[in-house]
This record gives sequence, structure tokens and C-alpha cells, in this order.
Amino acid sequence: MSRRQQPARAVLSRPELQNVVDRVLSMSRADGCQINVTSNVTGNTRFAANQLSTSGGVEDAGLAVQSSFGPKHAVVTSNDLSDESIRRVVQQSEALARLAPDDPEAMPELPRQQYATVNAFFDRTAGLSPGDRAQVALAALEVTRQAGDLTAAGFIVAGQGSNCVANKSGLFAYHRNTFANYTLTVRTADGTGSGWAASDHPDWNQLDARGVAQRAADKARASRSPVAIEPGRYTVIFEPQAVGDLVQTMAFGLDARSADEGRSAFASPTGGTRIGERIVDPRVTIASDPTDPQLLAQPYDGQGLPLTRQVWIENGVLRQLVYSRFWARRQNRQPTGFPTGVKFSGGDQTVDQLVGGTERGVLVTRLWYLRQVDPRTLLFTGLTRDGTFLVENGRVARSVRNFRFNDSSLFLLNNLEALGQAQRLAGTEAGGNIVMPSVKARDFSFTSLSEAV
Amino acid sequence: MLESGRTYVTDRRDFLRTTGVAAAAVAGGSVLRPTPQPALAAPPQGPAMDAATRDLLMVALNAARGAGAGYADARIARRKQNFVFTREQQIQNVVDTETMGCGVRVLVDGTWGFAATRRLTRDAVTGVAREAVAIARANRVARDRAVEWLPGPAASGSWRSPYRTDPFTVSVEDKAGLLLRANAEAMRATNVRFVNSALFFVKEEKNYANTDGSVIAQTIIRSWPTLAATAVAPDRSDFQVRTNAMQPMQRGWEYVLEQDMATRAVQWGEEAAQKLTARPVDVGRYDLVLDPNNLWLTIHESIGHPTELDRAMGYEANYAGTSFIAPPERHLGLLRYGPEFMNIQGDRSQEGGLSNCGWDDDGVQPDDFLIVRAGMFNDYQTTREQAPWLRWWYDRQQRPTRSHGCAYADSWASVQFQRMPNVSLLPGERDVTWDELIGGTERGIAIVGDGSFSIDQQRYNAQFGGQLFYEIRGGRITGMLKDVAYQIRTPDFWNSLDQIGGRSAYRMGGSFFDGKGQPGQINAVSHGAPPARFRGVNVINTGRRS
Repeated sequence: MSRRQQPARAVLSRPELQNVVDRVLSMSRADGCQINVTSNVTGNTRFAANQLSTSGGVEDAGLAVQSSFGPKHAVVTSNDLSDESIRRVVQQSEALARLAPDDPEAMPELPRQQYATVNAFFDRTAGLSPGDRAQVALAALEVTRQAGDLTAAGFIVAGQGSNCVANKSGLFAYHRNTFANYTLTVRTADGTGSGWAASDHPDWNQLDARGVAQRAADKARASRSPVAIEPGRYTVIFEPQAVGDLVQTMAFGLDARSADEGRSAFASPTGGTRIGERIVDPRVTIASDPTDPQLLAQPYDGQGLPLTRQVWIENGVLRQLVYSRFWARRQNRQPTGFPTGVKFSGGDQTVDQLVGGTERGVLVTRLWYLRQVDPRTLLFTGLTRDGTFLVENGRVARSVRNFRFNDSSLFLLNNLEALGQAQRLAGTEAGGNIVMPSVKARDFSFTSLSEAV
Repeated sequence: MLESGRTYVTDRRDFLRTTGVAAAAVAGGSVLRPTPQPALAAPPQGPAMDAATRDLLMVALNAARGAGAGYADARIARRKQNFVFTREQQIQNVVDTETMGCGVRVLVDGTWGFAATRRLTRDAVTGVAREAVAIARANRVARDRAVEWLPGPAASGSWRSPYRTDPFTVSVEDKAGLLLRANAEAMRATNVRFVNSALFFVKEEKNYANTDGSVIAQTIIRSWPTLAATAVAPDRSDFQVRTNAMQPMQRGWEYVLEQDMATRAVQWGEEAAQKLTARPVDVGRYDLVLDPNNLWLTIHESIGHPTELDRAMGYEANYAGTSFIAPPERHLGLLRYGPEFMNIQGDRSQEGGLSNCGWDDDGVQPDDFLIVRAGMFNDYQTTREQAPWLRWWYDRQQRPTRSHGCAYADSWASVQFQRMPNVSLLPGERDVTWDELIGGTERGIAIVGDGSFSIDQQRYNAQFGGQLFYEIRGGRITGMLKDVAYQIRTPDFWNSLDQIGGRSAYRMGGSFFDGKGQPGQINAVSHGAPPARFRGVNVINTGRRS
């Protein structure tokens, strides 16, 4: 409707990115020069208290130049892509690099690489207008305003990005993508119920706006007037978002070097890492593959290392950790690159089926404010939020007060009872391209109650 | 074990003496000041706005008005950052970043719009001003009620945060040399195998104009040195980290030098090693004596956030959450937060405070205000949009309805909204010391430094760790503990406060990374506190599960 009023701005095209790279290379006098150019156009709409609050449109770009002279290097960035600014960035990075002390771990430039092609750019998303976003907000606001006893707060963000990584040795990686993310919290007017639902996909057409509104409203009503039950060890059914919130914390332990150095949950007591050991239930497989249709992630990392299918945990066995180029050379392994998407493969069951097979347990919508408590065990604390329910005899029996937990993703996945279907996440705790299943696990440690709704 | 406690206390006195921060920190303290005062009678002058920038701001405001905005403000800001990262005797990276652009916010028929571009041309800023108006118009369809925008006086001037040496003028060799020397000292302790250290500097140059006629230029510098020493047990059965001993401040390079990192790093290394042999804590209820560099984070989470008015009114419900202090009419003047001697001040004026400014991003000069007064909840943090929501309260107290100056945007590309000022526990009238607090404690734990932290979305239930934990028996420190975290329910915790330190023990802690909003924005904020004692707090053991 308002597309006429507000033509969508576009990100830098591949030739435009290449042009920035060419200008940098023409000015560079360093031995090595790694160039990252990014471009993005983003629009967002925010609403709260049943009312539009703020919204905006932002266009930005970025250039990062790392110049190196032998083992000396430095990075300078700017979002001004004029010739004058590029010259300043190149010269400053060279001046800083010359002054910097040697980095004995500096690596030579990455030669030209081959990359997978991932089509993550959808014209419908790229052409969105503020009016399109307002309509999604309105779909939720109409539900809650008409209900009279509900209040909506939500956030819609969509846009496009492009970037490239290049260097003096002929490396050139290019990717562009669109993104659309919608999160919605519906609270009951009496302040005793809160429900959350969300959707995320590169393609705006896949965003289920009405479904999100309905799920959040239903969950808010169902979660009203929670009762307190004793903290302790419970069988839990985590919806995919809750699984993602906790399992993503495993990334804190995935650095191979920290494991080799004896300061990680994946450090072997006898030296080296725990690669090859069974660390969780044999039904658990966690992998990264940028070309997976549920992920559609960038097929290279920030240094231009190609990302292909990489299996971190296979049938419960730790297969791989993240190896930097330096540490891989030192340990005689292949560098892995840093993953741009993660998928924990699921099973066939729906959340309702997991509930149906549970005599007594706690159903959790999502987790909040996760912080590491003990890096030795990947122990994290955090709280349940926006829909926590007691399950009895295969049914959701009642809404219960939120809990604080102190537990580890490794313990959860060791105590696995059943796996549900995997889906793409839209949650706020970490973000990115993440696919997670629902899970049922025993003996999860809830350590105290929270009155928060 | 006994010795570690003594060593710590001695070192702490040395720290106070060498840095001199204690005496200076309460410049804006204003205990129980009955009415708000201007933050600074005469703001330090900063560089004036250049004519080209001023011209672009006026082009943007005129374009916004021409397109139909009833109110508009425009910001052209440059943010520079400088990082130096090291580990052991290696430089990992040296990074300089710079971002600059223009953001325009408009109010059209009671609805907000915002747009921003990195392109600083007359055409580009005209374009974003019109785009902001178009976004506001597109949103009108979903409007429920019009924004009430508190009128503001035109403000013109410039402000500069106090610093002696701009860190951006210091050479990378000097910065790297300082870190590598400290790393070497930390590595001298037995079993300390790894050290990571870094310097992090931020310089914001903000130019602001609004349709009230305000034209404001501000320059703000912040500095944050960090060092983490990691000790690994020889049999790889344990590893322990000592970090977060230095706080970020709105100060320059001189602050980094005052930290005397090389001297103190010896101690930090020894503390990391001591943690390997510390006794795991027994769970239970303890009296806690909290050092300011632990307590700042507890204040931030359990007082700073729940007293943000937008949270209380539901505006952050979809992300950061709401507040247990809602609705305002049932809590202002009625909620007992803590004991009579507890006073919590919001301000942007304490020396070194990370959120200090001359004017906020609504063009308002901030004031000092009491959030908790004599233990009772007294006020929320506000912006120009929010202050009218509390008019009934200010009228009843015969105070003017004015914003406390809490509007902040973390970048030209972000829209301003309510962000936390420095929120501080004011020191007690009597000059009680850390040693005196411990001396009066029969069975407790003294906690130094901040560690893990987590709190629910309404700010009731929180869990905090720390860096160093000392067992107190019979008024004396008797040894080091590990695997300690305390779990609190906010109102119970603050009402268990039974004694606080005085002015000479008052210090500030803080962070550059207070997150809030969608899209997420960061805020730099400090929290001052004296050491304080809390009775009967629940302590859990976070160690390896048996």
C-alpha cells in the first residue's frame, strides 16, 4: 500500500562491493591486506501497550581493512566509502600495523577459495514497505484490542544485507541475503499471564503473522494465574526455542584451543580435547550446513574460510571443535571456520505428543537471561519465561510460576528422553540461523521460584 | 588460606591510596538533597559545532517540517572505537573503528517515525527526514492514542567529558607495552598459564538539533582496561579465572595509567592461583559483605532496571521485560525498597560516571534525582515522552513535571529512548569502612568483584556470582571460598541491608554494555556504592555436579 510513498533502498551489489575492494587494493602498500565490505538496509516496527511505539529505517555500510607487514597487523574500519575515507582507512591500518608488536601467530593470507552458493535473497522481503510491517503489527493489535483483556508488545524487523571478503591473494567471497523476524509477547490485563510466539525466515512470505498472534494470545490466556510448585529436579519438555536458548550456550566451549589448553568443558583430563568421546545421548546430532534449506546461511566466515557441512556432535559423540587457521596448523588439523548456522536434528513427535507421553513434568516455552556460572561444566543459570506449565498424566494441567535453573546443555542432552520436530528459531537470546527440536529430558535442575510474569 | 584474606585487605588499601578515586567519586553525591538540581552548574565547554554539520542538521529539520512533522530532532554523530587485544606475550589485534551518519526522528500526528543514513549530503539527509515522516504516516493506521510530547526550552551549547589525555592520541606501542608488561607480571604466579588483556576506548562526537531551537555539540570519551588471569591445576582437574578488577570510566588515558596494571597484576595472578585451592562453599544462608565492585551490578539489575518507566508501562515487554514496580500509582511513595538509610540517586553528573552528558538525546539537561528516598520508592527514570505519565505524582509533591534527561541513542543509526543514568547507592553518614563491616559480621562471606549475573524479566529473582569469596568467622576473614553464588528476591534482599559504608569507601563500577530495546542498543552506565552488608542471604554452590 505505501510502497509508492517509500521505495525500498537497496544494498550494494556485487560489482559495487568489488569496486570498493579494487579501490582498497589500488591504495594498499602492505604485504597483506584483508578486506571486508558490508552493506545493509533494515526496517523495523515496534509496538507495545497495544500501540505502535517506535519504528525506523536505516541504511549503513562498513569497510574493514586489515593490513599486515610480516607478523604485524592492524584493522581499521569505517562506514564512509568515499575515496578520501578509503585512503585514510588503508593508510591508518598500515601505520598502526607497522607500529604494532609482532604477532607470532599471524597467518599468511588465505588463497582463492571455492564457495557453495546459497540463495537467501528474496525479492518480496527486499521490497517491503513500512506499511507492510504496520499491517503485521495491526493483525496482532486487532486481536488484543478486541479481546479487551490482552495487551500486545511486538517487534518486526526485516531487510537485506550484502557483503564480501577479499584479500591481496585473489580471495573473493560474496553473499547477499534478506531477513525477516517477528517476535510477539501478549500479556493479560490482570498481569498474571504472558505468552510469547515468533517467526523468522529470509522470505517474508514464510512469516506466519496471524499464527504468531494467535499462539501468543492463546498462551497468554493459558498461563494466567500460575501456581507455585516446589523447585527441584523435574522432567522437562522444552519447546524448540527453550532448547535453542540452552544448547546455543555450548558455543562457549567449542573453541578447540581452549580445550587443548585445559580450560574448557571439552578439555580431556589426560590432555588434549574430548573429540571422539561420547558426551551426550546417542540420539543427538548437531551440525552446520549453510546450504540446508532450513538454515540458508552465509557459506563462508569473516575471514573468507569456506563453510560446508560440519558435524560437531554425531550420535552423541563429539566429532569436531572450532579450529582457527593458526590452531589447526599447530595441531595438524583442518581449520573449520566459524559456523554461520547450527542445526540440531530432531525426531517426529510434536510438542503435544511429547506432553501426551509424560506422566509428570514441566513444559517450558523459552528461557531468559542465560549467563555462564561454571565454564568447567558449561553450567548456566537463567529463568523460564512467557508460558511455563505443569504436565500431569499426559495433559497440560495448569500454569506454574517461573523457575530459575542452574543446569548445563550437556546434562540436558545426557538426560534425553525424547526428541520432537526441529524448527527454525526466531528467539532473542542469541539470534542467527538456528534450527532446534523440542526435547523431553529428565532431572532438569530448577533451583528457585520467580514471581515474575 | 588465612593469609590470602589479609593480603587482599592490604592490597585494597594500597589501591585506594594509589588511585585516589574514593575521595573524588562523590562530587555529585548530594545525600538527601530535597529537590533536583542542575547536573552541572557550568558544563565544561567542548568544541563548538562546525558550520557544515549545523547546516546539514537544519536541512534535515526543515525537510521534516516541510513533510509534515510537528516535532523533529536530528543527530549527526561520529563514534570512534579503539581496541588493543593481547594474550600472554602476544598482540592478538589492534582495531580502530569509526562510524558516522545522520538519524532523524519525527513526530507526525502523535506517531513516531525515524530514519537514518550514513550518507552525509544535503540530499541524503533530506531523504531520511522525508522517509521518517513517511514511516510515521504508515504507522498512523495502527495508532491508538497520540504521544504527548513535553515542551522543552531551546538549549544551545557544547559539552565535553573531562579527560586529560585523549586515548586516541596515545600510540599503539604505548598501549601494547602497558598490557604486555601487566601480562608478564600476572604470569609470575604458580599455575597461572594464560592471561588475556585488552584496552577499549570509545569517543562519541554528537551533534544534535531539534525544532524547539536547540543546537548542541558534545564530545564523550570512555576508557576500559581489562585483564583476566587463568590458572590451571597441574592435573587439569580445575581451572579458575580472576578478572573484572578494573572498572570502565568516562575518563581518558590518565585513568588507564592510574590503574597501575603491572603492579596489581601480580596480585591478580596470585588470586587466580589461590582460587584453585579455595574451599567449595557450603550452601546456606550467610551475611554477605559486598564490595562496591560486586554491588554495582546488583544495583544495576535490581534497582536500575525495574525503575525504568518504559519497562513499568510495558514498553519493553517483548524483550527486556516489565517491572515488579508497576503500576506507578500503587508504588510511588508506597513501596518500601529498603531501610531508612537507603538512598538511591539517579544522575549524569558524578565524576567519571559513564552516562554523564551535558544534555540528553531529547535536548534536556539532566538532573540529579532520588529514585529511593529514605528507603521509600520515590521516582522513575524518565524522558520527555514519559514525564507527563507521572504528572499526578509530581503535582502532588509540588515538583515540576520534567524529564530527568534519560533519553539516549547508542548511534546515529538508533532511535533514542529511555536509558539508565548512573544509579547509585549513596554512602552512609558515618564513615564506616570495609574492615568495620567485616568486624561486625559473625558468620558470613565477603564478595569482591562481579561474576555471573542473571535476573528475571520483572526483576524479582536474581543470581549473582563474584570474583573472590572470603569466609568470615567471628569478625575475621578466615580463608578463601569458591563456587559461590547468591540468589535474591529483590525486595527481600534490599530490606536485609543492615549497614553501609561511608564516603571514603564509596566507588563506582559499570559497563559499556547495558542492553535494551529492539533493535538492541547498548548503554554505558556506572553505579556507585559503598561496601554494604546484607543479612541472611541464600548462597548456592555452583561447582561441578556430583
